[in-house]
Amino acid sequence: MTLITRRNALKLGLAGGALLAGTSLSLAQLRVVVEGANFQPLPIAIPDFASADPAFGKEIADIVRNNLRRSGLFLPLDPASLPIQVGDVNNTPDFNIWRTANVDALVMGGVERGGTISSSVRVWDTQQAAQVVGKSYNTDPNSSRRVAHIISDAIYESLAGGTGYFDTRVIYTAESGPKANRVRRLAIMDQDGANVQYLTDGTTMALTPRFSPNGDMVVYMNFAEGNPQVYLLQLSTGRQQRLANVGAMTFAPRFSPDGGTVVFSVEQGGATNIYSVGTSGGTPSQLTSGAAIDTGPSFSPDGSRIVFESDRGGSPQIYMMGSGGGNAQRISFGQGSYSTPVWSPKGDLIAFTRQSGGQFNIGIMNPDGSGERMLYSSFHAEGPTWAPNGRVIMFFQDPGGNDGPKLMSVDIWGRNLLTIPTESYASDPAWSGLRG
Amino acid sequence: MVITAPFNTALRAAAMLLFVVVIAACSRTPNAMPTGVGNLGPGGGAPGSQQEFLVSVGDRVFFETDSSSLTSEAMATLDKQAAWLNQYQNYRIMVEGHADERGTREYNIALGARRGSVVVNYLVSKGVNSQRITTQSFGKERPVAICNDISCWSQNRRAVTVVQ
Repeated sequence: MTLITRRNALKLGLAGGALLAGTSLSLAQLRVVVEGANFQPLPIAIPDFASADPAFGKEIADIVRNNLRRSGLFLPLDPASLPIQVGDVNNTPDFNIWRTANVDALVMGGVERGGTISSSVRVWDTQQAAQVVGKSYNTDPNSSRRVAHIISDAIYESLAGGTGYFDTRVIYTAESGPKANRVRRLAIMDQDGANVQYLTDGTTMALTPRFSPNGDMVVYMNFAEGNPQVYLLQLSTGRQQRLANVGAMTFAPRFSPDGGTVVFSVEQGGATNIYSVGTSGGTPSQLTSGAAIDTGPSFSPDGSRIVFESDRGGSPQIYMMGSGGGNAQRISFGQGSYSTPVWSPKGDLIAFTRQSGGQFNIGIMNPDGSGERMLYSSFHAEGPTWAPNGRVIMFFQDPGGNDGPKLMSVDIWGRNLLTIPTESYASDPAWSGLRG
Repeated sequence: MVITAPFNTALRAAAMLLFVVVIAACSRTPNAMPTGVGNLGPGGGAPGSQQEFLVSVGDRVFFETDSSSLTSEAMATLDKQAAWLNQYQNYRIMVEGHADERGTREYNIALGARRGSVVVNYLVSKGVNSQRITTQSFGKERPVAICNDISCWSQNRRAVTVVQ
């Protein structure tokens, strides 16, 4: 797939910029305030994208509207209710029409499909009569959903700040069959559930896939040899190999932020400790020692520290250590047990699973263990993963019995609980970074 | 003792059969069990047979929540396993460690391994040659009892000695 990357995206200069005389591009006030008790999603008008193929223009606009709605930060208005039904990206809108319709935020887009897909979008602040952002993209003709996601990210970033997270994928464990003999295989999809592909055939159990930072490599737990072992899988080639030959069992892998190292658990004689090894081989380094279960390691985004879970003090709790191992400090102190700590890509928070009072909770805390907040609670939920902007967490929820798990997401303010559509039961989600 | 031992054995066999029935009633998929006592017929099996091991000795021990300590009942079962294995040296065994579903996936993989290891160490301490033993952890991925209550979870927190 060839794709003009977001780094190559062009900021649109407006043809006929004189129309903007008297307005300012830089003073646009329109903004979603994402925090606070009085949060309200921002109403936004997104007419169908202009296109020689109107159905295609509607399809792209639908994907954008769906992304923004699912973020919980935006409220896309019913396209049929808008004063203009099809966007016009080449001219300055008649702001009075939109103000009269109580539209503050307006997205005008166009898309054409030929040898490539070319798409342009402008976000307008109708009150300020100012362009918030203007961008155009050219993509591979088979990447129409991606161009819609890239545009969604541009809109999100211009109005909500930070980075977007729509042009991303999720790798997960697809589950089918009765619980006592369930088939578990790896699957990958776009963050909105589209474009599902199965990566393993289910003849051997595969669990806990995790992306490398560039999204092309995956580490996961493969039961092909009996006990689970960590495997490295390259998505672009399908090639895979065992990561390391150490201990009786290797599991719970995760990449370092530079992609050059995998940190994982090694079990030997009932004791489970944390090791690291280079992705190109070498001798694994032992980072923890003792008879306890040390697992679930996750690097800080700067690579200097590792957060992990350990039952060395009795029940499983969260600990922090340097990336070279040693001198681990406990950071979780609440009732019950804590597991699956995962560091936010922004570095400011750690997500975790907490079991307490017969319930499972998905929560977040500061890296020093303070500021703990629960975002979701149910009979069973576990395994958080972060969207690349550090604002949304995906996890899996299981109703128990012979039913199976499903993927859900919630934002770090505890709002906007969503179920991610999958065609089978699904667990162990891992969110990719923004695709380059 | 000479009189009561066979009686106890018979009682235990009956208890095991009852246990299977309970599982079948609890699980919606009684035929899909990959491991364990799914294929028991009546009777204790011929001396030295795998059937005898399943029915008269007992192939599994159970653990308390989040524990890998052997209960006195578990030790009694493992004593019988060790005696049987020491008598019938032609078998190899695979010790499977399992956890219930009330834990996270990766931790339970480790917990299953720890339970398996505790059983192996006990059997070896009772004279079973470690060269005959392999282990595998299934974590919480292969429950035998499927329902949302403590009676099921307690059956899934187990280590199973599979005679091969």
